[in-house]
Amino acid sequence: MEWGAVWLTMRLATVVTAILFLVGLPLAYWLAMTRWRGRFLVEAIVALPLVLPPTVLGFYLLLAMGPQGPLGFVANRLFGMRLPFTFTGILIGAVLFNLPFAVRPFTAAFSGMNLQLIEASWCLGVSRFETFRRVTLPLCWPGILTGLILTFAHTVGEFGVVLMVGGNIPGVTRTLSISIYDSVQGLDYTSAGKAASVLLAFSFIVLLVTQWLGQRGEAT
Amino acid sequence: MTTNLVARFEKRFVRGPTIDIDFEQSTAGFSVTALIGPSGCGKSTMLRCLAGLTKPDQGSIRFCNQTWFDKKTNTDLSPQQRDIGFLFQGYALFPHMRVEENIGFGLRHQSDVERRSRVTEIVKQFDLAGLERRFPGELSGGQQQRVALGRVLARRPKLLLLDEPLSALDTMLREQLRVELRQMLSEFQTPVILVTHDRVEAISLADRVAVMEAGKIEQIGSIQEVFSRPKYANLARLVGVETVLPGEIVETHEGLATVRVGSASVLAVAPSPPANLVYVCIKGEDVSLSKELNGATTVRNQLPAIIKSLMPEGPLIRVALDCGFELTALITRPASEDLQLQVGARVTAMIKAPAIHLIPRQPITADLQS
Repeated sequence: MEWGAVWLTMRLATVVTAILFLVGLPLAYWLAMTRWRGRFLVEAIVALPLVLPPTVLGFYLLLAMGPQGPLGFVANRLFGMRLPFTFTGILIGAVLFNLPFAVRPFTAAFSGMNLQLIEASWCLGVSRFETFRRVTLPLCWPGILTGLILTFAHTVGEFGVVLMVGGNIPGVTRTLSISIYDSVQGLDYTSAGKAASVLLAFSFIVLLVTQWLGQRGEAT
Repeated sequence: MTTNLVARFEKRFVRGPTIDIDFEQSTAGFSVTALIGPSGCGKSTMLRCLAGLTKPDQGSIRFCNQTWFDKKTNTDLSPQQRDIGFLFQGYALFPHMRVEENIGFGLRHQSDVERRSRVTEIVKQFDLAGLERRFPGELSGGQQQRVALGRVLARRPKLLLLDEPLSALDTMLREQLRVELRQMLSEFQTPVILVTHDRVEAISLADRVAVMEAGKIEQIGSIQEVFSRPKYANLARLVGVETVLPGEIVETHEGLATVRVGSASVLAVAPSPPANLVYVCIKGEDVSLSKELNGATTVRNQLPAIIKSLMPEGPLIRVALDCGFELTALITRPASEDLQLQVGARVTAMIKAPAIHLIPRQPITADLQS
């Protein structure tokens, strides 16, 4: 098995999960609490990667990241960096593609929250941020953890977007699932089998944990 | 310098009535104002607007010299800035925190020592000793209410807002807590505004009642004034009792209490928690009239009375009587014609003892009467 690919995959999944934790929480909180009529528009955009073929998203990202594309232009201008076929490139792709896997469970958790508890905290003089930290977050953590685990697991298995945006560069963009594809192409079924079984076991454990968390969430 | 809460605001809803409030309350010391009205009349909305949880569309809310809300200057203080206590209908205790953590939750800016001493004080005051380490889910309804009230009062708010404080409890407990709640509240020098749809709750908890209907405060005044002299016929139906007067139990014998009301005495079925001071409640339809004293009858109360006024009210006639206290009778038109009732005539008012409802009351504190 390729340890380089395993390490790269874990690194990618960890950073994606961290980013979606920071970006996804406020977005999900806003989606759960707002009464704005255009909310469905934002919800649809967030959910788009669920139905969009990864290759389509990858294709557009590739265009956007090119020298003439907006993302590529900005990245080049500000940081003097190139996005396609780099780690940053597949990171952007993975963050966008995993948005619904984080935001939707977060939103569901926040929507199920008893608003009176939040208002009670405000009326006790506790600021909005402190209320979020001391009341909302502890009460919604099963849903939030579910979102984080799903995001992590989904990034580990990500294939289409990574291949379109990142190609297959060992140590840079060659993740575990791409290495499986590559092994099969080279008729190396032993390596492919090893990596595949690791991913299978990993995925199953992740599902066990999320189901168990879901059950706990219902119980409380 | 004003020491009043002055709220004049409007809140519109796409569905439902526009809430149009003109309300004033003294904030000096303890007093309880009850907002009473049918569900959907806007009483909870009014409370939420005072708390800063709902934003009015027009008008202003001022508390003493502080402006809480003013549409014109675009002022809108957050609930955190208003220094109020809000007791939610379901109590809204934090399920993941123990009783002591719930009580100390709002005491962030105090030192550890100060916080602990306040929590201890509240635990003692609200009879929660031994329950400090429990979670809200492990408490009875009555205990939950005390924790919620303690949590709110631990911060020593300037104004206390209670939304249907007893409705989450079962009937037995509710009756017992009505008296207790007022006792607990009176230990804090905080003005209270509470919302209720239950007139008995209003009578036993409040000093002053504001009757709301379709988004407006239709009448505001002392309990006696509002319940005994409703301004409009529909308010009379809403408050449901035509006579509510303070009285004093002078004697109890075999479950029957002799109650002194005004310069007369009536016999009533004694209330379950015996208290000397009570409100005597008599519905107009429970009062019947006769020309002379009726010797052979089971009716316990026969009071000589003079007719003060006669007012037609639909198929009925509202008869105001003076029988040592002001009493209102509702009788049918044929009955009135049979008796040839007219203002100034002497009649006998008859009320069965079980029809007189006694509600325990606390003495009104001195600073309220001024």
